[in-house]
Amino acid sequence: MYRINVVKTLTLLFLVITFSVNAQHEATKTSHEEKALPEKDFKTELKEEIRHHVKDSYYFDFNSNSETGEYNGFSLPVILFDDGLQVFMSSKFKHGKELAEVDGNYYKLYHNKIYKTDASGELSFDEHHHPTNIKPLDFSITKGVLSIIIVSLIVFLIFSSLAKSYAKNGSIPKGIGRFFEPLVIYIRDEIAIPSIGHKHYKKYMPFLLTVFFFIWFSNLIGITPFGMNITGNLAVTAALALLTFLITQFTSKKNYWLHIFWMPGVPWPMKIVLAPIELLGIFIKPFALMMRLYANIFAGHIVIYSILGLLFVFKSYIGGSLSFALALVISILELLVAILQAYIFTMLSALYFGFASEEHEMEHTE
Amino acid sequence: MEKLINDFSYGLFFWQSLLFIVLLLLLRKFAWKPILNAIDEREEGIKSALEEAENARKEMQNLTADNERILKQARIERDALLKEAREMKESIISEAKGAAQIQATKVIEQAQATIQAEKQAAITDLKNQVAELSLGIAEKVVREELSDKNKQIKLVEDMLKEVTIS
Repeated sequence: MYRINVVKTLTLLFLVITFSVNAQHEATKTSHEEKALPEKDFKTELKEEIRHHVKDSYYFDFNSNSETGEYNGFSLPVILFDDGLQVFMSSKFKHGKELAEVDGNYYKLYHNKIYKTDASGELSFDEHHHPTNIKPLDFSITKGVLSIIIVSLIVFLIFSSLAKSYAKNGSIPKGIGRFFEPLVIYIRDEIAIPSIGHKHYKKYMPFLLTVFFFIWFSNLIGITPFGMNITGNLAVTAALALLTFLITQFTSKKNYWLHIFWMPGVPWPMKIVLAPIELLGIFIKPFALMMRLYANIFAGHIVIYSILGLLFVFKSYIGGSLSFALALVISILELLVAILQAYIFTMLSALYFGFASEEHEMEHTE
Repeated sequence: MEKLINDFSYGLFFWQSLLFIVLLLLLRKFAWKPILNAIDEREEGIKSALEEAENARKEMQNLTADNERILKQARIERDALLKEAREMKESIISEAKGAAQIQATKVIEQAQATIQAEKQAAITDLKNQVAELSLGIAEKVVREELSDKNKQIKLVEDMLKEVTIS
């Protein structure tokens, strides 16, 4: 089985490489002709492209060419809180080329951020080259938000259909549920029960399951060619980590706070030393959750994009195929990282919930 | 770090929090509760089915053991009954034999006694008849003898002779 798979992958890889090299050859020819006009450094362009990809966007573009101004995709609604609610489509910005005028207010899209300007559209900069213009409160349905909605829909559809299939099928899952049900059981038996314990695990299950499948599907959708990046956004992981933090604090028992402020079983000078460390730990734990997930996915996207970019930097058969093979390997690795990070986030959340809900007598028996 | 803070998108944070909480609540109601309940139910079902099977097996074992015990008991009882019957038969036979023996001896004894009595009576009767007969004979003979004087004297003489001789 394993050998067949390897052969298949290799054949596929070979086909794809031959194809991509041919295509690249054509592209090189045409781009050489085009490049005659405004000579822009390809590497900086690539850098911008990568930076552009990992950031959130007001457009959902499948591909784009900023030189010719060609964008294939669709614009998304912008929602601003500035003198009341301002809602308009991002197509008004013409990808940053034009000012958007709404009810006498002017907004400029600069480096993927919306600034309020006057009618002339002038931005003032400080010494670090940051615009000093006011940023209005921005609740736009960006590409990231749309991706979150899509992932939420996918997760909801899969699991509500699994739930329904039980009723129809006499407690036996059907179809795709057969694949997902063991994962649900795994989260319950291998993550929730060992970390939290039999007594309290039930109330944490919905959060753990939702967070696991949400992160996993978000990571997976990040590997698709649509260029979505959900969990590689600090805001997303921050929201998730904040929820873990809040749930931990609000479900905590006396014992949890006792361990923080007056650690039992250590001499009293140590207790005084430990208290601030433990107190800091409350905040460090979710912070680490946030950074770990963000950094892993962000880095994965950057690496894949960079290696794919190398294809166009090398512009040779050997370099091209090498970078393609490498990108393929990294992509497979990212598939693993996708579920691994979801697992780690869920596992650690469960551990923190376990600390919070641990009771005095349980601690001694264990 | 400064760049990270600068790039932090509050809008995305807001939407993520909101959408995630909505997703969490929806999934809790429409997915996780039914799924976990169904899994629990199924596991309970499997567990109870296994327990029931185990119980049935034990009961079966008990039943066969019971059956065997009852069978054994029945066999013992039957043997005891048979033995008793045999003993009773033997005792009845022996009793009957004894009774018969006693009866027989009694009958024999009675018969013997009757025979003895009859015999005695017959002997007595015979004796009487013989005495009568001999008296008659003796009478007739005496009458005959005493009809002639000579003969009477002779007889006396003979008699006397006999007496002296003896």
